[in-house]
Amino acid sequence: MAITREDVKHVAVLARLRPTDEDIDLYTGQLQRIMGHVEKISEVDTEGVEPTTSTVPLRAVTRDDVIKDSLPQESAIKNAPIGERGAFRVPKVIE
Amino acid sequence: MTETIKELLHKLSSGALTSVELTSNYLDRIKEVEERVGAFITVTGEEAINSALVADANVNSPDDEPGPLGGIPVGVKDIFCTDGVRTTCASKILENFIPPYDSTVVTKLKEAGAVIVGKLNMDEFAMGSSSENSALADTRNPWDLERVPGGSSGGSAAAVAAGECVVSIGTDTGGSIRQPAACCGIVGLKPTYGRVSRFGMMAFASSLDQAGPFARTVEDAAIVLGAIAGHDEKDSTSLDEPVPDFTATLNDGVEGLRIGIPKEFFIEGIDPEVEAAVRAAIDLLKSKGAVVVDISLPHTHYSVSTYYIVATAEASSNLARYDGVKYGLRVDNGGGLMDMYRDTREAGFGAEVKRRIMLGTYVLSSGYYDAYYRKASQVRTLIKRDFAEAYKVCDVIITPTAPTPAFKIGEKTAEPLTMYLSDIFTLSSSLAGVPAISIPCGFTKENLPIGLQIIGHHLDEATVLRTAHTYEQATEWHTRVAEL
Repeated sequence: MAITREDVKHVAVLARLRPTDEDIDLYTGQLQRIMGHVEKISEVDTEGVEPTTSTVPLRAVTRDDVIKDSLPQESAIKNAPIGERGAFRVPKVIE
Repeated sequence: MTETIKELLHKLSSGALTSVELTSNYLDRIKEVEERVGAFITVTGEEAINSALVADANVNSPDDEPGPLGGIPVGVKDIFCTDGVRTTCASKILENFIPPYDSTVVTKLKEAGAVIVGKLNMDEFAMGSSSENSALADTRNPWDLERVPGGSSGGSAAAVAAGECVVSIGTDTGGSIRQPAACCGIVGLKPTYGRVSRFGMMAFASSLDQAGPFARTVEDAAIVLGAIAGHDEKDSTSLDEPVPDFTATLNDGVEGLRIGIPKEFFIEGIDPEVEAAVRAAIDLLKSKGAVVVDISLPHTHYSVSTYYIVATAEASSNLARYDGVKYGLRVDNGGGLMDMYRDTREAGFGAEVKRRIMLGTYVLSSGYYDAYYRKASQVRTLIKRDFAEAYKVCDVIITPTAPTPAFKIGEKTAEPLTMYLSDIFTLSSSLAGVPAISIPCGFTKENLPIGLQIIGHHLDEATVLRTAHTYEQATEWHTRVAEL
């Protein structure tokens, strides 16, 4: 299944990117060739095979319910592009 | 600048050398060669001298143990958060990010007495095999300045090869420690997934990322692994398993050790000089008493496809956090929140990172999830089973680390797929989560280093290190130094 220019534009929105028209052309070709290679896995028989999403046994980890020091609010917002009154400031969300 | 940790610790404890002197020597060396090598993003000279002063005070104090890395200059890939020291992941989006805490790896290095001399260059967000995807520095291969140091941990490899630090730390998601180690003629170890905590290590692909050491010798790599390994309550995927003394069994030899040679790794496209060096290394280990077993890892052909689906899918979600809100760059052209997200990410990420985010978003998107992400996760199970089957008849698996020696700068940047294929020998062990090392096993006619990969069983770094040490002690490759 070939990736089209429209696919790339759609994915760019999902990925919160804003490529230029020129970049969309470039990515379309490159992603087509990468996906062309990746398609190879479709030939593997995986009937009844469980997927692996981690190579370590994943289990819920609990700890004692003890209050510990955490990152102070001041440190947590120190790297924010705009932080004020202990909060992250963002552009308007609702019109 | 070729002394090992053991030699240096001996000098430091006997008073023949102070850590301040040693650290100053390395800082001088950095000044001397850095313009040509470009291994560092940030050199932390002042902090390093302060740590060295503490290390020297500890040596002279009867109450304080100097620690396994006491006073030793160490470099750290710029993917590990360092409290108060800029950590960029070689990205414009984090160019001015100053973490408010240390990653567990850095905490453990400090506890071991290490002197951190700086933050090392890499491919942006560890995505690449040449370090050319860095937005902040250009690293060159100390053996040939026209060639890449490998990647993504190219700065970590080049710094050790150029004598700018004694050892360094990198990360490996699909070969990012082993391939640059091979390119730069040094030792690089990717431990078992979960052996080392990922807390404070910026995430690329969480189910694959693993930290490990670069060193001139196998013994030094074993010492550093011992210092950084172990369970961490801040990383629930770090394994709650005992950490053995990795140096204790280095000299036990390879008598009766079963070495598996997978036929799928000796394929067309492999450089003849690389193949000859690897075959000679196998013969040498045979002469030391090892037994060679032909094995098959039948799903090796699918490792590139599987990896580039799994890793990009995970990356696309991990990198969602860089949105211009909590830290890093913000580009706000006065539109709404969505515009701010898109403009920030478009301006802040480099081309390869954007390509992988889009690829990952695509394979996870509605209608494609089953055909790509789920399918790749199933093939990953088959790759894992290949290794489990192989380890029924062998103790370690030996392959080349990379199909060719270090390539020229710019040679593979035009076509991403060509770059991806240079990881072909390191991806399957990453997908299976097993440990693997690259050690020098020769040089080409052009004097470029060749790497030998030794892959071990889950949690069996000790056997990997023992095999590597046995080979290293019987050869002189590791004693060669890049002339700069």
